Amino acid sequence: MQVPAHVDYEKATSVQHALALLARYGPEAKVLAGGHSLIPMMKLRLAQPEVLVDINGLTDLCYISRTADMLRIGTLTRHAQLLESDLAGEHFAIMHDAERVIADPIVRNWGTVGGSLCQADPSEDLSAAFAAMKGTMVIQGPDGSREVSARAFHTGPYETVVGPSELLTEIRLPIRPGRLRGGSGYLKVARRAGDWPVGAAGAAVWLADAGGGKHSIADVGIGLTAVGATHFVAAEAEEFLRGRPADEESLARAGAIAAEHCRPVTDQRGPADYKRHLVQELTTRVLRVAISRARGLAS
Amino acid sequence: MKLTLTVNGTEYSRTIEPRLLLIHFLRDELGLTGSHWGCDTSNCGACVVWLDETPVKSCTVLAAMTDGRRVTTVEGLARGGVLDPVQQGFAACHGLQCGFCTPGMMMTARWLLDRNPDPTAADVREAISGQICRCTGYENIVRSVLWAAAHDGSDGDARL
Repeated sequence: MQVPAHVDYEKATSVQHALALLARYGPEAKVLAGGHSLIPMMKLRLAQPEVLVDINGLTDLCYISRTADMLRIGTLTRHAQLLESDLAGEHFAIMHDAERVIADPIVRNWGTVGGSLCQADPSEDLSAAFAAMKGTMVIQGPDGSREVSARAFHTGPYETVVGPSELLTEIRLPIRPGRLRGGSGYLKVARRAGDWPVGAAGAAVWLADAGGGKHSIADVGIGLTAVGATHFVAAEAEEFLRGRPADEESLARAGAIAAEHCRPVTDQRGPADYKRHLVQELTTRVLRVAISRARGLAS
Repeated sequence: MKLTLTVNGTEYSRTIEPRLLLIHFLRDELGLTGSHWGCDTSNCGACVVWLDETPVKSCTVLAAMTDGRRVTTVEGLARGGVLDPVQQGFAACHGLQCGFCTPGMMMTARWLLDRNPDPTAADVREAISGQICRCTGYENIVRSVLWAAAHDGSDGDARL
């Protein structure tokens, strides 16, 4: 039987109240969102916070909305909400691809987007997806809010830039101008349904017209998870692709570069060389998916 | 801490430790042993109950988090002494063998049918993909849910 250690509990009634509680209790307090990472860790006594600050009542942090140039996702948005959001899928199919393979439908009902990101598990899917989309995290603290790139959010396994008296409140995804064709996707290999990835790759591409029905890659984001990629990003492969033709040769080379620069480790999910092979293959394939979608050839 | 919530339409108030998990609160404090405590790791789904309108795995929810909310367990499925069509489907199609996974399966099935009254077998499989039947009786579980879909909303016709 797994039971968390003794803990005190506070229910936040507003963002300001949550911040005040976090400031009062300091580093021994933990924010409780869906709890689907935190509670299992507490049951295993890997986490033993003194106080839980429950933010589940802050329903004003559950939203997916768009402004002219940005998609905004509230931190308490449940995985199921993101998966069911037509608005999210219309702009970034990668989010639907990723959510479809995160845990299972029941876990997705209660687990949250912000909770997954802040847990910062090195095998987490959304961290790679938001890195690919070049998102921005909005973090509120006692002195107001600040913005941090999704690519600078994680400082290590299970560690983020969010301070003990701060709260991640929103994720912002840039929507590019219409003259660039955007497309995205996410591919994951797991040992069984609902499991953590052995390896996964996400891509967001923006194509420019190169004439004659051809396109070049104006910009690209590639996210990798579970394979030791720094900040969940395949930066060298992105650099290689920028400005190149959106053709098979470019994509194959980008896959090879991504595989070369990641640092997977051998563990219970598979040997390092297999994971490296996965990175090569999944990166190439997911770029192909993203480009097809950008061209309007696939949904 | 003091916890007040509504379970299957009845309001309860109890003093609990904040670390108490919802599954243990339901079983040990309220005596509602229909929900089963299985893997303890949010993998098996034997503990699925509804929190307000959605099924959750109650081994991974603190009872404290349900304060002021509504919880529905398998004991709340039947209405006025009439089994829910999902329960009737499990009986009609031999949807259970040992019965351990059954309460969770039925709570998820009811949720699925409320949202999608005419599911395909694939929809049912996806809906229960986070739940394990250790008897491996999935075929009959899927049949049971499809039976319930076919008999849902037909009132008396659904009664065995």
